Amino acid sequence: MTKQKSRLIEIFEKYEQEILEDWMREQIASITYRKDLLTEAGLRKQSAELMGLIITASRSGNVTDISAPEWKPVLDFLAATSKTRAAQGFTTQETATFIFSLKQPVFARMKLELGTNAVALAEEIWIATVLLDKLGLFTAETYQKSREDIIRRQQMELLELSTPVIKIWEGILVLPLIGTLDDARTQVVMENLLQNVVDTNSSIAIIDITGVPAVDTLVAQNLIKTVSAARLMGAHCIISGIRPQIAQTMVHLGVEFGDVVTKASLADALKYAFQQAGITVT
Amino acid sequence: MSQKEPETIEIKISEDILRARQSVRTCMVDLGFSLIDQTKMVTAASELARNTIDYGKGGTMRIEYPAEEGRTGIRLIFLDHGPGIADIQQALKDGFTTGSGLGLGLGGSKRLVNDFEIRSEPDKGTQVTVTRWR
Repeated sequence: MTKQKSRLIEIFEKYEQEILEDWMREQIASITYRKDLLTEAGLRKQSAELMGLIITASRSGNVTDISAPEWKPVLDFLAATSKTRAAQGFTTQETATFIFSLKQPVFARMKLELGTNAVALAEEIWIATVLLDKLGLFTAETYQKSREDIIRRQQMELLELSTPVIKIWEGILVLPLIGTLDDARTQVVMENLLQNVVDTNSSIAIIDITGVPAVDTLVAQNLIKTVSAARLMGAHCIISGIRPQIAQTMVHLGVEFGDVVTKASLADALKYAFQQAGITVT
Repeated sequence: MSQKEPETIEIKISEDILRARQSVRTCMVDLGFSLIDQTKMVTAASELARNTIDYGKGGTMRIEYPAEEGRTGIRLIFLDHGPGIADIQQALKDGFTTGSGLGLGLGGSKRLVNDFEIRSEPDKGTQVTVTRWR
């Protein structure tokens, strides 16, 4: 990539304070400024630091290729800032405006400096636009990535949270299922259940599907797989929480649970489990 | 009852099945269908949406609100441009599958709805239309 000679750096150095002041005003006046999340002092500190870093980076003479090593401190700073902003709950627009609102102050100074030289002015504005757009897009992209990380982490947590295995009595486990039983969930459920069967030395496991909104063939198939796996480990499974509408739907679908004991409610299943285990509760 | 606008939902990834199911449920609640009817139609939608992804390589679901002969209902049209179904009669048979499922989805869906129509052309795609009347 050819390094373009630009007067951008001169303008940055000459008007650092003015640009910073204008930029602050732009940001605060903007509808995307979140006073509730970021104080003016905090914003000023961030803006000043970024200004400083951009000036240092552009001193290298390269203001077009931000993947070059001299721009790394700027990118690192932007990455850290957008990560914090993503975690604080800023929107993409609010985060990207941080960079894009720098355009106006820079362009204003350029106009002042280059005045009537329209050709040079257009050229300089173009260079500055390209640079700031790249930085802005980088910020938005990092922000997006951070959000995706947050979502992925929450998904993982949800997966763990929603599949508890409870030891309800000596030798009896209860596994209340909430939500949809897709292949990924089934894997987690199965692993949790089998591990708990071993750990607690249980012989009966009650799988309660009261919290499963719709039982389709995939859910049924996954339930059957889980029951079969538990059976291989010597645990007897009872499926409970089959509501009337689910029972009807399953009959129409043609799904059969074979010789698996099914009960309408968890209470019925527990009663049956007690009988099987020879436990009497008085 | 206010007239609802038909809508089309993309069915591309497995999360879309969830979205499709929720949309169908919301629409049916709005139309005043019973819980049993809701569950049946939602389950059929779930089966057909999964078929759209697994066998049709993704497509769309359209929700319509037909009204004829003084009755109203909900109609779902699943459309894909996948490889199509070679033998529809065989595909509708319980226990038949070219995948790894139970082979009950298509035939089961037919039993869960009032009207069922399937059209398929090899290499062109498949369209399944299901209707449930109030």
